[in-house]
Amino acid sequence: MSQHEESAQRADDQQSVPAPAAADGTVDGDRPEGPISAAIIAAGVGAAALGLFTTLAEASKGVADWLQWNDQVGPLSGKTIMTVIVWLVSWVVLHTVFRTKEQETARALTVALVLIGLGVLGTFPTFFQLFAPE
Amino acid sequence: MSFTNREVWGLIHGMVLGAVFLLGFAGGLADLYGLRTALLTGTGVVERMRRLKVGVTAMAVAAWGTVITGTWVVYPWYREAAPDSAKSKLLANPDTSDWHKFGMEWKEHIAWLSPILATVVAFIVLYYANTLIRHERVRRTTLLLLVLAFAFAAIAGAFGAFITKVAPVQ
Repeated sequence: MSQHEESAQRADDQQSVPAPAAADGTVDGDRPEGPISAAIIAAGVGAAALGLFTTLAEASKGVADWLQWNDQVGPLSGKTIMTVIVWLVSWVVLHTVFRTKEQETARALTVALVLIGLGVLGTFPTFFQLFAPE
Repeated sequence: MSFTNREVWGLIHGMVLGAVFLLGFAGGLADLYGLRTALLTGTGVVERMRRLKVGVTAMAVAAWGTVITGTWVVYPWYREAAPDSAKSKLLANPDTSDWHKFGMEWKEHIAWLSPILATVVAFIVLYYANTLIRHERVRRTTLLLLVLAFAFAAIAGAFGAFITKVAPVQ
């Protein structure tokens, strides 16, 4: 056995692969799933917020003007900054609520996928242009 | 042989950051897919986790870089009111106006979903690390979010390439 193979073998012996999880998906000493669920749901909230701001800006000139935080970028500046703010604030709030909880990611993913779907719908031109003033 | 300032920023936005994003995605996908107990040794875990962390973090950073340079640097040139701007040229011709009304309108918005999802993927990998090996459900969720982040970037990137072909920002 070469020196490299010996050191690799020693590393394998010292760092065994973690044991399988229990039936409920948890193992003593594991970090809780709550913060992961919080991050996933917050991403969905951010996506839905982008869809909402995009559609509102199309439907109302007042909203579009308010979102025009930079003249060169236009309303896209406000839409994207507001989306990032909503996403980060919701992440902090959800993280605080879920940080010590065993909140299942499966449920969080379902919620997030629905919200992301709404976000995609809200940013889809054929949809949001339906709300454009005549 | 030279590039204008706008072309350089277009290249940074679309090709340099896009290439880093793609590399990060490919590495992250392969490592996350293979992160299963049956496929790993102790040495393999250390190697793979290090690569996975670097890959997903690079992907998230590149995604943010792409949307920020796209929205705040390249997009203002695209939408200038001047008749020779890319947007004006597209809208002036009924055969190309849908590239703006549909393609650009969707691209400029949906692209922003990619960095948000890529950041969540990076957070999960950095937070859970080796624990991901044991938690099949969380690993599969992370894989799905990684693929979604890529899909939204791919939509935006494809429209960006097509629009640049029809009416480049110059």
